[in-house]
Amino acid sequence: MVSAVFHSPLEAAPAARGGDKAKARDAGPAPSAPTHNMTNPTSTPSAAQAVAPDTPARAPWDASFLWLAVLPPLLGLGLLALVWELVFMGTGGSIPSPKDTLMQAVQIFSDPFYSKGPNDQGVGWNVLSSLKRVAMGFGMAAVIGIPVGFMIGRFNFLSRMFNPLISLLRPVSPLAWLPIGLLVFKGANPAAIWTIFICSIWPMIINTAVGVQRVPQDYMNVARVLNLSEWKIVTKILFPAVLPYMLTGVRLAVGTAWLVIVAAEMLTGGVGIGFWVWDEWNNLNVKNIIIAIFVIGIVGLVLEFALIKLATAFTFEEVKN
Amino acid sequence: MTSFTTKYIEIQGVAQTFKTRKGPFRALQNINLTVAKGEFVALIGHSGCGKSTLLNLIAGLTTPTEGSLLCANREIAGPGPERAVVFQNHSLLPWLTCFENVYLAVERVFSATENKAQLKARTDAALAMVGLTAAAQKRPGEISGGMKQRVGIARALSMEPKVLLLDEPFGALDALTRAKLQDELLQIVATTQSTVVMVTHDVDEAVLLSDRIVMMTNGPSATIGEVLKVELPRPRSRVALAEDIRYLGYRKAVIDFLYTRQGHVEKAA
Repeated sequence: MVSAVFHSPLEAAPAARGGDKAKARDAGPAPSAPTHNMTNPTSTPSAAQAVAPDTPARAPWDASFLWLAVLPPLLGLGLLALVWELVFMGTGGSIPSPKDTLMQAVQIFSDPFYSKGPNDQGVGWNVLSSLKRVAMGFGMAAVIGIPVGFMIGRFNFLSRMFNPLISLLRPVSPLAWLPIGLLVFKGANPAAIWTIFICSIWPMIINTAVGVQRVPQDYMNVARVLNLSEWKIVTKILFPAVLPYMLTGVRLAVGTAWLVIVAAEMLTGGVGIGFWVWDEWNNLNVKNIIIAIFVIGIVGLVLEFALIKLATAFTFEEVKN
Repeated sequence: MTSFTTKYIEIQGVAQTFKTRKGPFRALQNINLTVAKGEFVALIGHSGCGKSTLLNLIAGLTTPTEGSLLCANREIAGPGPERAVVFQNHSLLPWLTCFENVYLAVERVFSATENKAQLKARTDAALAMVGLTAAAQKRPGEISGGMKQRVGIARALSMEPKVLLLDEPFGALDALTRAKLQDELLQIVATTQSTVVMVTHDVDEAVLLSDRIVMMTNGPSATIGEVLKVELPRPRSRVALAEDIRYLGYRKAVIDFLYTRQGHVEKAA
């Protein structure tokens, strides 16, 4: 069973509010740390409190803030650049240096939306068409998976009926379904969407079902004592109680979908970030491959972060657990 | 129908057995009890003696393995709003405000006969009765334990139930808050003339609030050990009763039962 609990380094990290955009952009897996205390670096603690009396809980500016929130992520990125530079020197230049890649990236991102035929389009178009495939496959998976999850969670019979099927099919790599998709849909694009659909549907079914099964008995007792209608039970008790689990399923599904789309597009071709990687490999343009890896990583990070924010907004004290 | 007011709730030969991994567990047996209309009955006993099990049976949340339960001459077939329950852990829905939590109950019972403004007025009145008008728009996560329990009581009372079932409603509260809520409950019950069955493990609470105290033997296979009639005049005052010789006598009787005759909890468990 997929764990339906939020576990992510992002969750614990405070959101960046206001302040220095350059720093916020640098922030890697542990983003942000509020930077607005930095605006008054020379002030003494008492002066800082006088300047910002509306943030009494926050510790006054000191070295430990810099030490823990800003320095480690920067050091991490620095380490990455260092290893990369060493690899560049060790391989005699077949892997491009960070500096060259950065310059290439600036050039690529200066015109992300050009289009010179189906096989040569800007990085913006490639990312957008990948996102579109993910959205379509994922959307269909949500439309089918969430109701199915509700049914499986609510009725023990269905749960026993579908559990063996899900257990059998879930571990299969989504790419194994690609030939079936090609055969049935007779096209690369629908086959890629089909693959996304298959890989997104399992986490959504399983998490929704687990959520329904874990609705606290207390709430159901309230429903029974008040003799609520089935509609009220679903809207006032089941749905709000299951929502956090469901959103976890959505988050897992989107994460997997984003992993799978790159591989699927490498196989199917067309326009898309995965195809772009493969195309640049055929052109032996390693700089662009590395840029694509960063783009894939950043888009995945943004998707994950947005969904975690969404999930915490709908999670209430008692069900957080 | 002559017996209607003296036998409002009738429990006849009830036994309850739970299936567990170690085999059947007999929680209750041979329970016979009647509660008159407007009577306040406390169920007291050591933890694990099946007090809450008995209350759940009256609420209709569980069905007995043997025997029958009647309320107003009808068999209790399932839970319903005419027998409102105040749960031990308040059981408020965390995504609704206090107002919405109460409104859910009010709407269920009265929406057929009353308009929205009346339903809203009922909800406001119920919250005002427990002194929570100011917190109406807060979520359960934002208020204290005592306030949550009050919302639970307001929700139960707002339905104008025939029977009010309280499952250790003040068990998780500190002594001062508990005393305050007990006094409020005394007043509310005096005004509404409700029939109340309350589970408690607090001797003072039982003597102060109830007309009869039902003392239960230790589980497993718990049953009613003794029933004590509390004949103290109402309205009762906590302060005046503290030195009342009859009050002390009732208190002594309950303590005697709980600690002298049913003192071996650990051995039984």
